[in-house]
Amino acid sequence: MKLYLYLLVMAGVTYLIRMLPLAFFRKRITSPFLLGVLHYMPFAVLGTMTVPAIFTSTGEPVSALVGTLAALLLGLKRRSLIEVALFATAAAYVTSLILPLL
Amino acid sequence: MEAYGYKEGVRDGLPIGLGYLSVSFGFAIWAVKQGIPGLALIVLSGTNLTSAGQVAGVTVMAAGGLLVELALTELVINLRYALMSVTLTQKLSPEFSLWQRMAASFFVTDEIFAVSSTRKGLLTFPYMMGLGCLPWIGWTLGTALGAFAGALLPAVLSAALGIAIYGMFMAILVPGALEEKGVLLAICAAVSLGLILRYVPLFRFLSEGFVIIISAVLGACIAAWRKPIEAGEGEA
Repeated sequence: MKLYLYLLVMAGVTYLIRMLPLAFFRKRITSPFLLGVLHYMPFAVLGTMTVPAIFTSTGEPVSALVGTLAALLLGLKRRSLIEVALFATAAAYVTSLILPLL
Repeated sequence: MEAYGYKEGVRDGLPIGLGYLSVSFGFAIWAVKQGIPGLALIVLSGTNLTSAGQVAGVTVMAAGGLLVELALTELVINLRYALMSVTLTQKLSPEFSLWQRMAASFFVTDEIFAVSSTRKGLLTFPYMMGLGCLPWIGWTLGTALGAFAGALLPAVLSAALGIAIYGMFMAILVPGALEEKGVLLAICAAVSLGLILRYVPLFRFLSEGFVIIISAVLGACIAAWRKPIEAGEGEA
């Protein structure tokens, strides 16, 4: 069954990435370019995963847009991960409740 | 130098665990909608303990992607853990054995790394185990609750929860972009490349997993080329 192969590959790859360096690495990386790539990679990944997917994440564009704006606003205020996630959800939820009434 | 034990680890892990519980709840509701069975999601969360990697993985799985595509996607997205692991090696107490390093490495996530790497003094094996335990329980339990109790929620609420995981990503992206021009550049480059690869008909043959890999690697390279990081400044 392909699903179990998927799960096995994900668990294996994710674990090895964490384990091999922690278990065996003994030196320091000094190349400024390489350090840069490693440093910027998570932001690049999250960016390309979030846009445009966030705009379709609630199945309806208006509530998704309001939720996105809420997340952007709280992100600018440097609120915690959980606060931003919950407020974005709440904003999208309230919008989709109000929308049919307009 | 001061060292910390299991109890201190558990205490430090509590807020992380509570945060993971609610985010993985939203993740599971979203993932069930992509067509992945609930039990598989619990196994996935219990063995991966990572948000971005799991969202990308579920996307590739739902599209019936190739195993090599899935492996490459996880490699690129989770590459940051390799750097965090390298950084942590500098702080491990000397009595850490090889198998203890192998066990502790399972718990390297952004939040656990942030807490452990900023702790004063050396990291002990009991501390790392204590630190990882509540986040692991929170992440796996939240996934189970979302996968099986999520169906009990009203449709409007469960639709709105689809944005939760992206909200969490925004909470990482926006402050990062505010603080560093390089990060802002990496995000803009990766997002622009991603939009081109997704919407220009010429690239329609690329699946979602490869779009993420290509746009993220190129975006990070462009940022690293314009704004390289001197050794010592990019590790925290």
